[in-house]
Amino acid sequence: MSIEVRHITHIYNKGLPQESAALRDVSFDVADGEFLGIIGHTGSGKSTLLQHLDGLLKPDEGQIVINGVDITAPKVSLLAVRKQIGLVFQYPEYQLFDETVAADVAFGPRNLGLDQEEIEARVRESLRLVNLDYEAIKDKSPFDFSGGQKRRIAMAGVLAMQPRVLILDEPTAGLDPRAHRDVLEMIRQYHAARPDSIIILVSHNMNDIAEYADRVLVLDKGQVIFHDTPKEVFAKSAELRAIGLDIPDLADLAEKLTARGFTVPGDLFTIPEMARAIAAALRGGEGA
Amino acid sequence: MIRDITLGQYYPGESILHRLDPRLKILATLAYIILLFIVNEWIGFAACFVFLAAAIALSRIPLPFILRGLKVIFIIILFTFVLNLFMYDGTVLVRIWKLTITDQGLKRALFMAGRLILLIISSSLLTFTTTPIQLTNGLERLMKPLSKIGVPSHEIAMMMSIALRFIPTLLDETDKIMKAQQARGADFESGNILHRAKQMIPILVPLFISAFRIAQDMALAMEARCYRGGEGRTSMTEMRFRKRDYITAAVLLLFAAGIITLRVLI
Repeated sequence: MSIEVRHITHIYNKGLPQESAALRDVSFDVADGEFLGIIGHTGSGKSTLLQHLDGLLKPDEGQIVINGVDITAPKVSLLAVRKQIGLVFQYPEYQLFDETVAADVAFGPRNLGLDQEEIEARVRESLRLVNLDYEAIKDKSPFDFSGGQKRRIAMAGVLAMQPRVLILDEPTAGLDPRAHRDVLEMIRQYHAARPDSIIILVSHNMNDIAEYADRVLVLDKGQVIFHDTPKEVFAKSAELRAIGLDIPDLADLAEKLTARGFTVPGDLFTIPEMARAIAAALRGGEGA
Repeated sequence: MIRDITLGQYYPGESILHRLDPRLKILATLAYIILLFIVNEWIGFAACFVFLAAAIALSRIPLPFILRGLKVIFIIILFTFVLNLFMYDGTVLVRIWKLTITDQGLKRALFMAGRLILLIISSSLLTFTTTPIQLTNGLERLMKPLSKIGVPSHEIAMMMSIALRFIPTLLDETDKIMKAQQARGADFESGNILHRAKQMIPILVPLFISAFRIAQDMALAMEARCYRGGEGRTSMTEMRFRKRDYITAAVLLLFAAGIITLRVLI
């Protein structure tokens, strides 16, 4: 699985006074098995970019090649594209519509033309993946659940299509800390079960991006500012702050400790690693 | 496609049309529509066309933007045209099987289609140049005399402004839901009518739920700010007729008088 984005430009309201370029000459690659994080201020073009990757929007210029297939070509089968790519929109729970949970989750697989047996197996599997009990909830209305549960049902609806590229637009927005963690762990598990699949996560939460992503794409005003590993990207705290973004809490802590004269590396993104580094700095720091 | 629906949208600008008193604009639009149906000769029709063209030029709104709104009702216009085409007696022009097109039929069909087009453009010109808030304030003031006989003028105006305000919101919502279901492999473009109608369910159900949710949030937000209806409510901007409004009103009256004279004479 690979994604190549080549010089795409997208302009909204072309020819009208409110014309605005949502994406300007955006190029990047996503390699097999990569977990890509996308960050950017509101209105930086993140959502527009995601919709291009699923063929929901066509670029005004440029190409997107997924596994050797140019999905921006005029006659390409979009169903074939969507078979491979799963897109979870922001607040996916607002897209639930069917009478039962099982029927709603089965909507995607049914559109793919799978047979009944396969559909049921996939529904069962994807509900298990989002930590819901298939037997207990399959015949209930999806509208009878809490917000967090509805979101998981909606995500199961995308996972049931077993996409090899899973794209998520702020999947944790508006969730409580516990549900937040659950959703991210779920994504991690999906990735672990399919090592060659690509995950693309858009988030405002720098901690999540630092912890999960292999590479980070930073967008500002429709242009790619950085595309690198989290270590490299989050080392540029001044530039990120200038475009309205932030750095992960631990990088921020390291920066403040360093300013006070302790030597703590700024590229540690998990708490245990950071704790050890601080301990080492304290032990060594006394002598220095 | 969804974004082509420009009906009920505001197009920001500083033109004379934007600055006119909303009450005048509402009355003028109403009067214009009535005149459209009074007209029954080519010359009057041409006058109506020129009048609207002048108004569009004054509004400084680009023509493509205005015409985009027509795309959506193209089917209705076509339907009206065809229906009228075969409905009238007169000198036969063309005969196809049992259907005949007469000179009267052709004239009526052209008039009806033309009326519809001018009607849509003139009323969208009102919403293009008037913010929903101005529009409601204008309506409320115009209907005020009616509240003496028990017409809830403030409530009606409030409901209208809320409806107008949420047209773009609901369009955006529809767009989002359609894309989300397309991402799950839904196909809205192919198949027969029954299949397509069935494919609407995944859009309509979430859309209705969203509409109710938005309405409820809105009601709560209004109550939280002590909204209690129209009684004793004052307005931040007092509407007053200015020179430009009097001039426009005079022009409009002359135009109406001309059209009516034409109708009486011919």
